[in-house]
Amino acid sequence: MFLINCPFCGERDQNEFSSGGEAHIVRPKQPTELSDDQWAEFLFMRKNIKGVQFERWNHSHGCRKWFNVVRDTSNDKIHSVYKMGEKPPVK
Amino acid sequence: MSDLRVHKTKYINETKRVSFKYDGKNYFGYEGDTLASALLANGVHLIGRSFKYHRPRGIMSCGSEEPNAICQISAKNDLTEPNVRATELEIYDGLEAFSQNCWPNVKFDIGGINNLISPLIPAGFYYKTFMWPKSFWKKVYEPLIRMSAGLGKSPTEPDPDIYDHKYVHYDVLVIGGGLSGIISAKIAAKSNLKTLLVDDKKTLGGSTIYQSNDSFKIDDQHSSKWLEKEINEISKIENLTVKTRTSIAAYHGYNYLLARENLTDHLSIKDKKDKIRQRLWKIRAKKVIVATGAIERPLVFNNNDRPGILLSNSINKYLDYYGVTCGKNIVLFTNNDSAYETAISLYKKGIKNLIVDLRKNSQSEIAKQAQNLGIKIYFNHVVTNTFGYRRINSVELMELSDDGNTTIGNKIKLNCDCLGISGGWTPTVHMHTQSGGKLDFKNDDQVFIPKEIDNDQISVGACNGDFDLETIIDKTVNKINIFLEINNQDYKNTKVDCSIEKEKRNIWLLPNKIPLGKTKCFIDFQNDSTAKDIKLALKEGFRSIEHVKRYTTTGMATDQGKLSNMHALGIIADTAGVKMGTLGTTTFRPPFTPLTFGTIVGRNVGKFFEVVRKTSIHDWHVDNKAKFENVGQWKRPWYYPKNGETKHDAVQRESKAARDSAGILDASTLGKIDIQGTDASEFLNRVYTNAWSKLSIGKCRYGLMLNEDGMVYDDGVTTRLAENHYLMTTTTGGAANVLGKLEDYLQTEWPELDVYLTSVTDHYSTASVCGPNSKKIINKIFPELDLSDENFPHMSFKNTKLDNINCRVMRISFTGELSYEINIESKYGKSLWEKCISAGQEFNITPYGTETMHLLRAEKGFIIVGQDTDGTMTPSDLQMDWIVSKKKYDFIGKRSLYRSDTIREDRKQLVGLLTDDPKEILEEGAQIVLDTNTKPIDMLGHVTSSYFSPNLNKSIALAVVRSGKNMKGQKLTIPMENKNINVTVSDTIFLDKENKRLNA
Ligand SMILES: [Zn+2]
Repeated sequence: MFLINCPFCGERDQNEFSSGGEAHIVRPKQPTELSDDQWAEFLFMRKNIKGVQFERWNHSHGCRKWFNVVRDTSNDKIHSVYKMGEKPPVK
Repeated sequence: MSDLRVHKTKYINETKRVSFKYDGKNYFGYEGDTLASALLANGVHLIGRSFKYHRPRGIMSCGSEEPNAICQISAKNDLTEPNVRATELEIYDGLEAFSQNCWPNVKFDIGGINNLISPLIPAGFYYKTFMWPKSFWKKVYEPLIRMSAGLGKSPTEPDPDIYDHKYVHYDVLVIGGGLSGIISAKIAAKSNLKTLLVDDKKTLGGSTIYQSNDSFKIDDQHSSKWLEKEINEISKIENLTVKTRTSIAAYHGYNYLLARENLTDHLSIKDKKDKIRQRLWKIRAKKVIVATGAIERPLVFNNNDRPGILLSNSINKYLDYYGVTCGKNIVLFTNNDSAYETAISLYKKGIKNLIVDLRKNSQSEIAKQAQNLGIKIYFNHVVTNTFGYRRINSVELMELSDDGNTTIGNKIKLNCDCLGISGGWTPTVHMHTQSGGKLDFKNDDQVFIPKEIDNDQISVGACNGDFDLETIIDKTVNKINIFLEINNQDYKNTKVDCSIEKEKRNIWLLPNKIPLGKTKCFIDFQNDSTAKDIKLALKEGFRSIEHVKRYTTTGMATDQGKLSNMHALGIIADTAGVKMGTLGTTTFRPPFTPLTFGTIVGRNVGKFFEVVRKTSIHDWHVDNKAKFENVGQWKRPWYYPKNGETKHDAVQRESKAARDSAGILDASTLGKIDIQGTDASEFLNRVYTNAWSKLSIGKCRYGLMLNEDGMVYDDGVTTRLAENHYLMTTTTGGAANVLGKLEDYLQTEWPELDVYLTSVTDHYSTASVCGPNSKKIINKIFPELDLSDENFPHMSFKNTKLDNINCRVMRISFTGELSYEINIESKYGKSLWEKCISAGQEFNITPYGTETMHLLRAEKGFIIVGQDTDGTMTPSDLQMDWIVSKKKYDFIGKRSLYRSDTIREDRKQLVGLLTDDPKEILEEGAQIVLDTNTKPIDMLGHVTSSYFSPNLNKSIALAVVRSGKNMKGQKLTIPMENKNINVTVSDTIFLDKENKRLNA
């Protein structure tokens, strides 16, 4: 049970949050222009890294805000937390 | 005082006798005794039978590592508890304990026959034996396994005890109140850090607190005296909390730990009453100091499991802490110095003993002390066998060869009534590994010690592989100063004198003249796995320790291999010819010792088990004898049986009344989301499959929401309340997820949209009145409202008032009948409902529940998301192509609707089914096939909804069937257990295809 520093509320227990999977996958602006393969790439393909991963988290039992988290999946260490739309920190 | 209680100690209060029952026999001990010490004082060693071979077993240790002395507490069906360690259980007046695993009793055990046939029960026996023939499973193997499986009995009635949870935050948590833990806690607390010290025992001090040997002195006093003063000092420090009888169960990441505090387990039955039994502490600590000490290792030799064989240090504790001797003629068998302390302690109380030492000699101070006292020592000898069935009566020794691989010389037989064994010490690294820490192997002492870890955690003392007094104090103080970034000088001048061990000799599996296959060298006492089993597993090709463990069940019992893991690893390494640790170390998982379910759930039992949501009309439903159905957390009226009606009869009556005259449904649980903002229309365009821009104010529209993969996710009616204001309804179960999903899109994909979402599900109550007489009823309630079709057509809404309270009335229908839904602020919900009921009385208005609602909508072929869909259905699969806008450029899931997979013609599609026998009601979930003769039978789909329709007087069903769209009129078969049911594919709409009833 790790602690997540919600950019809006501060540090809270993990059980207040829900994970939204890999971050920075942008929904294509013109889906109809895409081939099946290109659309499938957006729809299905996700990384599952052992190590530092960029993730979306939602403070679902708190402020309900979505934000991004840089987490090492091997030890749950959170390297940084930043708001939606903000630039990800360089690795 | 029994003649085994040989020594007075301050931990046993001999003025307070405590009587208890063990296996139906009355005994007594004293306040301060554990069940184990009290039984030993009564001369009871035999305490159970082993799991597989049912061999007689005795108390082996004095703590949580105990593999044998586990018992069942209490005979009551509600309070009984299995697998309690007699070595940890403090006795109390009225305690009733039983041995486990024995039938008919501990002294004569039928399962003991397994011991005689043990050559037939090798490692992996269950995997190998209970395989074939298949027909043997039900009648032979399963009953056999069931009869002999499991430890103890579960309670059969609810636990009457009270349990509690508590959240706490500390700067520093110290786990373990032995020497190093106490020093650590004192340093931390004196540095102004809010500190918590926990220890699983009743008293602090670990194994130092009963130390009385002259070879171990601190500041010229016995180390126990010195530590007592330290304990006395820490009790005065204000920002230090000390919790005894508290054991850490789990150490999770980010220094989040769970601890179980025993509050009343040691109290008499009378004093326990109405008090909280156990409390689960949920601890967040900025820094954690692990000082969990070490567990003494057994030695692995033939018949090392008889009652009367104990760990050497446990014999010492029973003597010096509890005042009880484990025997009158004791042999100590060791490979290290610590057994000498036991020997000297025994000697001083006049207990006859001698030492068998694997080592060629020992030059330490304590060994010399023993020699000077005249204690007989057999250096370079090994115990090769033991004798005695219910209690050890003699041992057999032989000399060891120079390399330690074989025995030489003649057998020496010595009589004894107790054998103490010591194979060295294993640091208790469970906490460290639970938290994710890794281990290093320290060759000198043959121990795994914690690898430094970067998470505000440190291990000190014996659990870090530091065993002698001087090193413990020195290293602990230094490490804590660095760890806490302080400079404590309290122990700078502390003078330590101690005997230091110089000679070491570790042999994992001791040599014997008897071939291994004919020996019983136990490694895991609780699960009865032997050295032979481990070697067999390796011979059969297992290599990874995790595999060997599972195959042989070593370390898999309730003690989680606290005594057995090291020997298993050692024998594997020796046999495979590799270094320790290269084939993996086992992972210790929580809990450290078993937790009761009561502690885990705390107060969340009974009505507090799960949140219950009730509508404001709930009490009326209860008063009117509704049966309830759980929908998510909601309690919804299921049906309202009248005069002892069955569910079927009630639903038939309700369904008929709703179509013949009037029905009323509590629809308050439907999710409601208030949507506002200048981009609200555009937002709806993007989340629903149909178009919304042109919906005029005051109108309602049904919408279907997809996932990005094109599958139906939710549905509901949305009403345009004003230019930039909508009220969306969702399914009852989907409300929270839909809101979450919409927020996700708004915040992450379309932040440019000016839209605000608010859940208003609980803010409004909804009464839905339907049926041909509904208009008359609504007219009676809202006489000023013009209900004409011109002014108030289907799919529109009006603002109005009920006794000055604002209402929204929507003319929408989920039944196909003329229907009105009235929304009112929740607190007026019940009064609105009662007004509807009284206004409807003359029309026999009939309250109906979810079952009737489902039936009525099925007659009309309306889907229920989650019942007729399962996350694999597209709108087209549901024959709902009409709701998918062709014009809109994009909406959630649109692109997926023409992926190669979603346009397949042979997808499962929603169809209607009519049974050939109109009285036959299909089972929901039943499989559908074309013919039952071609095998394997090809499964075409399954029934999703099925009812007997009173309005059509026949059975109707919805189903998903492969290529079903083009199957109208096709005969299909539904094979059931006893018969095949013949059905015909039909349209999904069974009643009023022309929607005439909407405007009746
Ligand atoms: Zn927040």
